[in-house]
Amino acid sequence: MLVQFSTWDIVRNLLDAGKWTLALSLIAFVLGGIVGLAILFARIADNRVLQAATKAYIEIFQGTPLLMQLFIVFFGLSLVGIDVSPWLAAAAGLTLFTSAYLAEIWRGCVEAVPKGQWEASATLALTYPQQMRHVILPQALRIAIAPTVGFSVQVVKGTAVTSIIGFAELTKTGSMLANATFEPFLVFGLVAAGYFALCYPLSLYAKSLERKFHVAR
Amino acid sequence: MSLVKIAGLHKHFGTNHVLKGIDLEVASGDVVALIGRSGSGKSTLLRTINGLETTDKGELVVDGTALHDGKGDLRALRQKVGMVFQQFNLFPHLTAGQNVMLAPTVVKGTPKAEAQDIAKEVLLKVGLSDKFDSYPDQLSGGQQQRVAIARALAMRPKVLLCDEITSALDPELVSEVLAVVRQLAAEGMTLIMVTHEMRFAREVGNKLIFMHHGRIHESGDPKTVFADPQTPELANFVGAVQPA
Ligand SMILES: Nc1ncnc2c1ncn2[C@@H]1O[C@H](COP(=O)(O)OP(=O)(O)OP(=O)(O)O)[C@@H](O)[C@H]1O
Ligand SMILES: [Mg+2]
Repeated sequence: MLVQFSTWDIVRNLLDAGKWTLALSLIAFVLGGIVGLAILFARIADNRVLQAATKAYIEIFQGTPLLMQLFIVFFGLSLVGIDVSPWLAAAAGLTLFTSAYLAEIWRGCVEAVPKGQWEASATLALTYPQQMRHVILPQALRIAIAPTVGFSVQVVKGTAVTSIIGFAELTKTGSMLANATFEPFLVFGLVAAGYFALCYPLSLYAKSLERKFHVAR
Repeated sequence: MSLVKIAGLHKHFGTNHVLKGIDLEVASGDVVALIGRSGSGKSTLLRTINGLETTDKGELVVDGTALHDGKGDLRALRQKVGMVFQQFNLFPHLTAGQNVMLAPTVVKGTPKAEAQDIAKEVLLKVGLSDKFDSYPDQLSGGQQQRVAIARALAMRPKVLLCDEITSALDPELVSEVLAVVRQLAAEGMTLIMVTHEMRFAREVGNKLIFMHHGRIHESGDPKTVFADPQTPELANFVGAVQPA
């Protein structure tokens, strides 16, 4: 197709695609957070089977490229007869990926709470769920905020990979535009600027949180 | 009848036999001082009394609640046994008042207003009624330790365990904490304390236990035991910690 693209056309198309990047990031982060919380509780539960299963889950997602995970969700499911749209595959793949990383980050935060806090609360006859709810998690939460926001940057950048299974987010739209306009430098420059606009405020926010919770109790 | 009864208690850490058959009876109102060299098993013994350490063999009964060979109702036991740690271990995200109120409300289901009254009462007892809304990091070490004592008292324990509760304090803050312990002892609180404060053990304690290599090596009235040790190990230990 020999359509002439003005720079404004390019920007408009990219902004449109940027919405999908943003939507995918938000969905992956929110759903990944919920699943990650469930994984976290299983990971630190007083149950060897749950511990081992969630440890394996985390290691599989941390030990393989996100791209492979998406391929497996996208092509693997269609192989067994379940047809998934690129959009669904992207959201599901990123959610699983995010959940594994967040669970591991949060486990580190739970373990960063000093052993004396467990002992003092046990001595006061609190049950395990009561210790978690009233003593450990409130402290772990403070520790977790900065690295969690920091990881959200990885989620945003991770959405770019979904372009490969054909989901038309920022990167995919960028490559289509680059092919159509023969202006890859301009187009990908704008794409990069889009990611930067999403990620930089998050990084700054994570840094300021880190400073804030470092000095606070 | 004794409040705390320990019989034939054994504990291993791996291959390390740390408690080698402890027999001990503590009556209501007793103030027991546990002394001995580093690694002799004082903390381990103390921590078995509220189930922080599991035991391999033996019997522990506190006010009718029993653990046989380390098995039994831990939570019932812990409601009868309070503990204060060397490192305070206050909950840093809660105020002094909230630290004290947490266990009564969560564990016993005490209504908030009532728990607040209890918190005020025990904070007053340790001389900190004006610190109800202070966070632990706004308090001195001595004040934090006194809040920790109040937190334990709020559960109305039958016996209070203290593991070197002044060892992490600056020297000038030790006496304010000891004064609280002394007052508790005077009020008839049953206390079992690991301490390096020999003078305090002699003045406040009515029973002294010298631990050596995981056994109770010598015990008795602190005044006589200190004045006239029956074993060379205790004589040695007493001589080392307080040269005559
Ligand atoms: N959690 C643990 N794991 C393994 N070994 C331990 C543990 N706690 C204590 N021990 C060992 O048990 C023995 C007794 O330790 P314990 O802490 O009861 O001694 P203590 O008399 O309190 O000494 P201190 O005066 O130094 O506090 C020591 O050999 C110690 O190394
Ligand atoms: Mg000790």
